[in-house]
Parts: sequence; C-alpha cells; structure tokens
Amino acid sequence: MHELSIAMGIIDIANQEAAKAGVGHFDGIELVIGELSGIEMASFDFAWQQAIKGTVLENAALEIIRPPGNAKCLECGHPFAVSQIYDLCPVCQSHFKEIISGKELRVKSLSLD
Amino acid sequence: MCVSCGCGGGHSHDHEHIDANKIIDVEKDILQQNNLLAERNRGYFDAKDILCLNLVSSPGSGKTSLLEKTLTDLKGSAPFAVIEGDQQTSNDADRIHATGTKVTQINTGKGCHLDAHMVYHAVQGMKPEQDAVLFIENVGNLVCPAMFDLGEKYRVVVMSVTEGDDKPLKYPDMFYTSHLCIINKTDLLPYVPFDIEKAKENARMVNPGIEILEVSSLTGEGMEQWYNWLKVKQQQAVAV
Repeated sequence: MHELSIAMGIIDIANQEAAKAGVGHFDGIELVIGELSGIEMASFDFAWQQAIKGTVLENAALEIIRPPGNAKCLECGHPFAVSQIYDLCPVCQSHFKEIISGKELRVKSLSLD
Repeated sequence: MCVSCGCGGGHSHDHEHIDANKIIDVEKDILQQNNLLAERNRGYFDAKDILCLNLVSSPGSGKTSLLEKTLTDLKGSAPFAVIEGDQQTSNDADRIHATGTKVTQINTGKGCHLDAHMVYHAVQGMKPEQDAVLFIENVGNLVCPAMFDLGEKYRVVVMSVTEGDDKPLKYPDMFYTSHLCIINKTDLLPYVPFDIEKAKENARMVNPGIEILEVSSLTGEGMEQWYNWLKVKQQQAVAV
C-alpha cells in the first residue's frame, strides 16, 4: 500500500499551497498519474478517502489525468504505445527503449470555487 | 468571504487573499520530498566515498542470509554497515549484529517500504565511516519499495529459485529500476521447476541493462562473483 504514502505526499503539497495562499481548504485538485507510474488506482482511491479526512482536501473534487504509456525505440527510433514496461518495439523487437510518457506522478493544480 | 479569517474583505491582512474561482498551478512531483532527501543522502554518501546499496526482494528470498554470508566472508576487507528495514522485530538486525557489523534497525510499523527520510535519520544515528560499504536491506516487498529512492548508488534485486521464473514480469517496476539481479538459492535448482535461463531472459526483457549473478549463500557457490562486483563498485566509489 505505497498508495497511502502517495496520498500523504499529496496532502503535504496541498498544505504547503494552502499556507502560501492563506486558505483553509480547497474545492478541487487535479492529479497527473501516468499509467506506468506504479500506482494501483483501486488502492489509491481507498487510501485517498481515508487520508483526506480532516485535511484541506476533505471536500475537494478529485480529478485524475492518466497519460498513457509511450516509448521511443532506442534501436530504430520508432515511437510506440506501451502498456507494460517490458513491451517490445513492434517494428524491430528491441527491448531498448526510452519511456516518454506514462511515468508522471504530480499535483497539477489546486482550485477554489 | 475570506476563507482563512472569515472576514468580508475591505481591510488589510498579513495573509494574501486568493481570488474566488482561483486555480493554483502547482505542477509538483508527488515524490519530490522523498527525492530531495534521497539526493541529500546521496550527496553525503558521495562525499564520504560510501558505497550504498539498496537490497530489495520479496520476503524469504534470502537477503539477510546473503548479507550474513557476505559480512562474514569479507570481514576486515572494508568498513561495512547495515540498515535493516522490517515492519516489526529486530530479528534481522540481531543476525547482522552477530557478524560483528555495525547495524541499525528501522521498523516501519504499518509501512510497506523504507523511504529516504527514514534512511536519513538512520544514517545520522549510525554515522557510517569514510569508504564504508552500506547495505540497506529494504522491507521484503517487490511492489512498494520500487518507487522510493533512498539515495543508494545501486539497487540490487534478489530473487530465489523457489519463486517463479516469471517474477520479473509480475513485478516489472522493481526489475526496471534495479542495476543488479542476484538469483539466490541455486543449490536448490535440482529440486525445483525453476528455469534459470527463462528467469534471466525475463529480467532482461524488463531491463536490458541489468547485470545478473547466480549464487547460493548457503553453499557459497557463485559468491565470489558477487564479492568481485562489490569490490569493483567500491573501488569506483573511492576513485571518484
């Protein structure tokens, strides 16, 4: 359940932003969690509901943007979609690739109504 | 209305008012606090020429036995230190302590992984020597520790032949982020349906750059390669 650590990390960031802005709560939060980030969404949802109680995010609407996995083959340069980290280049079958998207794990924005 | 102080506005504050419907562009990495502390740890290790290794595996792959054997065989060849991570008990630290090595136990309680903050405090307490080799034995778990950089120089994933040879495919994040894969308990190969070539192929499929060593920490078979690997990496740590 490292998803709980992730939820706590998000709350820390929200607390810092709340102190900076001089507010006591947020009404919305946007997260970017890539499909290759290693976060199990069902676990995250469960951890999130518990973690936000009594915090500045308790009543914040949660929006999650999920960038899909994309890679570029380091042998032939072909760009391709990756659903598992070990997917091969569909053109040259190489394992050598650079992950271009899907590893994101960040707080994009916080909002007030 | 100001949500911080409840006023209706129109007077001065020591805090800034945020506009209604305001969106704050945060764009912050969720792991930034961990990553920042991991870099502080790494800087400390680099400054003292300490080779820090993060040992990860599923429970029962033989990480502690591998360390016991290593610390006993290599005793006196370098200043060794160990940080043990477990949810509960100091059993592993006691085993390491019995080899005469400096050891600190971290109990994570409910936590399923070590993080850079825990290691930061453990290192403050233990003060590893100049040129030391510091092993951090993470909590036995192939999922959660993958995301948390501790400030190590190399991540070493241990798997054993009593597990499935498809472990790298089942837990790709851990194998993807590791530098070395140690396949332990090779003395049991004649008795288990573990295809070692398949396991190596699976590990390389996830991470083509991963180095792989086959060892038995019980019989000592293959341990020499592991000791050579450590020696080379330690010389590199001291040379830079």
